[in-house]
Amino acid sequence: MIRIIGALVGLGFTFVVMWAFGNGAYNAITEDHVPAAEYTYYKKPVAPAGGFQQDGPFGTWDLAQLQRGYQVYKEVCAACHSMKFVAFRDMADLGYNEDEVKALAAQVQVPGIDPNTGEATTRPALPIDYFPSPYPNNVAAAAANNNAIPPDLSLMAKARGDGTNYIYSLLTGYGPIPAELKADFPDFDTPTGLYFNQYFPNLNLAMAPPITSDGQVTYADGTEATVDQMSKDVAAFMTWTAEPTLVKRKQTGWPVLGFLLFATILAFLSKKQIWSAVKPKKS
Amino acid sequence: MAETTGTATSETAVENGEDGVRRRDFINIAALGAAGVGGTAVLLPLVSQMAPSEDVLAESSTEVDVSGIEPGQAIKAIFRKQPLFVKRLTDAEIAEANAVDVGSLREAETLDDRTKEGNRDILVTMGVCTHLGCVPLGAAEGEVKGEYGGYFCPCHGSHYDTAGRIRKGPAPTNLLVPEYEFTSETVIQVG
Amino acid sequence: MSFPWAREYKPANGFTQFLDERLPLPRLVYNAVGAGYPVPRNLSYMWNFGVLAGFFLVVQIVTGVVLAMHYAANAEVAFATTEHIMRDVNWGWLMRYAHANGASFFFIVVYIHIFRGLFYSSYKAPREMIWLLGVVIFLLMMATAFMGYVLPWGQMSFWGAKVITGLFGAIPLVGEPLQVWLVGGFAPDNAALNRFFSLHFLLPFVIAGVVILHIWALHIPGSSNPTGVEVKKESDTLPFHPYYTAKDGFGLGVVLIFFMLFVFFMPNMLGHPDNYIEANPLATPAHIVPEWYFYPFYAILRAFTFDFILSAKLWGVLAMFASILVWFFLPWLDKSPVRSGHYRPLFRKFFWFGLIPTMIVLFICGGAPAEEPFVMISQIATAYYFLHFLVILPIISSIEKPEPLPYSITEAVLGHDDDAKLGAVSATKA
Repeated sequence: MIRIIGALVGLGFTFVVMWAFGNGAYNAITEDHVPAAEYTYYKKPVAPAGGFQQDGPFGTWDLAQLQRGYQVYKEVCAACHSMKFVAFRDMADLGYNEDEVKALAAQVQVPGIDPNTGEATTRPALPIDYFPSPYPNNVAAAAANNNAIPPDLSLMAKARGDGTNYIYSLLTGYGPIPAELKADFPDFDTPTGLYFNQYFPNLNLAMAPPITSDGQVTYADGTEATVDQMSKDVAAFMTWTAEPTLVKRKQTGWPVLGFLLFATILAFLSKKQIWSAVKPKKS
Repeated sequence: MAETTGTATSETAVENGEDGVRRRDFINIAALGAAGVGGTAVLLPLVSQMAPSEDVLAESSTEVDVSGIEPGQAIKAIFRKQPLFVKRLTDAEIAEANAVDVGSLREAETLDDRTKEGNRDILVTMGVCTHLGCVPLGAAEGEVKGEYGGYFCPCHGSHYDTAGRIRKGPAPTNLLVPEYEFTSETVIQVG
Repeated sequence: MSFPWAREYKPANGFTQFLDERLPLPRLVYNAVGAGYPVPRNLSYMWNFGVLAGFFLVVQIVTGVVLAMHYAANAEVAFATTEHIMRDVNWGWLMRYAHANGASFFFIVVYIHIFRGLFYSSYKAPREMIWLLGVVIFLLMMATAFMGYVLPWGQMSFWGAKVITGLFGAIPLVGEPLQVWLVGGFAPDNAALNRFFSLHFLLPFVIAGVVILHIWALHIPGSSNPTGVEVKKESDTLPFHPYYTAKDGFGLGVVLIFFMLFVFFMPNMLGHPDNYIEANPLATPAHIVPEWYFYPFYAILRAFTFDFILSAKLWGVLAMFASILVWFFLPWLDKSPVRSGHYRPLFRKFFWFGLIPTMIVLFICGGAPAEEPFVMISQIATAYYFLHFLVILPIISSIEKPEPLPYSITEAVLGHDDDAKLGAVSATKA
């Protein structure tokens, strides 16, 4: 009885799903499938020449690069983008000593409260303060940016597939619409207020090219501030903000794996030894 | 690991001289030992995750401006999420504190031990009774100052004198003076 | 417990003697996973995965309790406290990555455990109850994992919660009020997050309870084995300890190596980047998918794209639940007297060339965007999935001619069994 009911239920589901299959197949054949420019011309992120020092299982931070990246963030990105999960105290990881961290923090004004009147005011940041937001709230952010709220950048490198390379590719990927795209999709155009970028999933991005010319920031360590270099540096910096423990994680992983390998070999020998008494003799 | 294998060999050597048996025990005990070491290593993150996190540790310093405190007044600040009393002593209070026979105190400290050179009138103590952690009275205007004119803890009746030293009641030690320094004429940094 | 030759527990000293007379816990352990539990001597490494599943349950409970010490289930701060764990809590990143990847490994191990059971027909009499309890555990795991994924309150958390609770909206009449009741509002928010956290904390302990029943039920007939021939005598078995403790220990080491590879070197590979974006009720991610371990069921859900009497949405929901519920009826659908797939030529073909490819296809389609050709492929796979369990399996179990079985486990292992003159002869003939 169970088997008869079961067979009926099974055939029922099969029929309905094949009905959907037939309808879908009919539609697929009869309807024209219009490819979208977003599918054809979207490019996967690419790594910069030479890659990043933190990549790979033995990667380490390039502290000088992270410091340069912070400078790019502060002088370029921070005008619109917050980084609310990063505190100035975290900057000690970038190779700054305690006084330098204090000085870095003090360069930035954060919202404060006047101790005498209780009114909202600003004060120089302390190491325990988090990076301030450029806008007091989302409404202000949207109003100032043509209704596109600039996303928080703390986790950007983890919030996109292949994040570090995505940031680098996006920053260097602005340009005119290629002629082939225009030929394939004559209707495709970038609306006013948006910018064409093949590394952005729908090809049109609300962010104006932020890094536009060589020498836009002046690096203290003498590195030449080309567009490519700045994009790379800020991508590395955002990798660190997304996961400050990245290098520590990998470096902890190696001894753990080594120990486990050793323990597993021991366990294997022990298992083999215990079972040797009852294994059938090969004749 | 060296430790485990070491004990394994010595134990088996005592127990058994025969070769095969020794090898068997050695491998099994080494494998168990490795499991033990691994299990113990796991305890490290499991235990240390309960210790103060980095953001908590980063909050462990406080700056207080003492310029606005009149003699005889005290202000309450917060240090490590606990009350901190900063009091400017009057000349009478200083004299009273210095008049005490230090040898008779429960914890022998002079006022000079508990204040900084050049700012003998600024007394910085934790507002935490050393008995069981209540906040003593006496810092705010109009509060009971206890029999010795300093602080009084209402929980179990500990009396502190004008230098914050325990004089009467169950508290075992004087009010704690945290580490602090004058970063300028008028500002102290605690912690 | 079950076999007359099981070794009896003997207290080694006065203390254990004292304990044995008052609270015989050492005796229980001895009989459950010690030398007092005889186990078929021919278990393959496929039989390691039950113990491994238990291990990952413990990993999840331990890391989960730790994470709960730092997490706050409030929509305002849930995402921030998750980041607090990742950045500021000592070893918090390790705990969270171990918990997230531990869930994946729990499912990998349990899937292997389930499909081992399917191949060796471990669900057959007298082990039906073990199987039924196992399916209950799997359902509880799915509920727990789903609610756990909501807790970080990222984009996938939020939209996953919205979409999955939306399934209940497909139920006629009561659907929409039920959905609103489930999330405690019109969209997931504090109320949903708090109840999910509460239940996510509670359910693992319910799972642990059902696991105890599962193991208890297992100890009545004892483990099945690769031949499917029941244990006949002492030479068919070995004591669990030290033989299978050693074997499980080695298996655990191997799995831990893979687990740690993920935790330390690719902790986000099995997750979704979108979940590092804070939940935003006003913007849906381009491509909503559940965690990978739900892909096959998600593919079945999405395979129903056209109304047929009932709405396509309701069909999808019914099929998704039915695809797991069908497992409850397996012991009565497959009536073949032979258990092991090794001796069932037809069953074996349908298992390896039908069911397993279907599951792989469903895994791939469930994670793919809802567009052609994935939808059509998943429709064929869905059809086969139901046909396999509900039509093919009952039919082959009645028409199939099984291959000859060994007389006993002893014979299967040693190649001969002196007790089995008759059985041995017939085996060689065939």
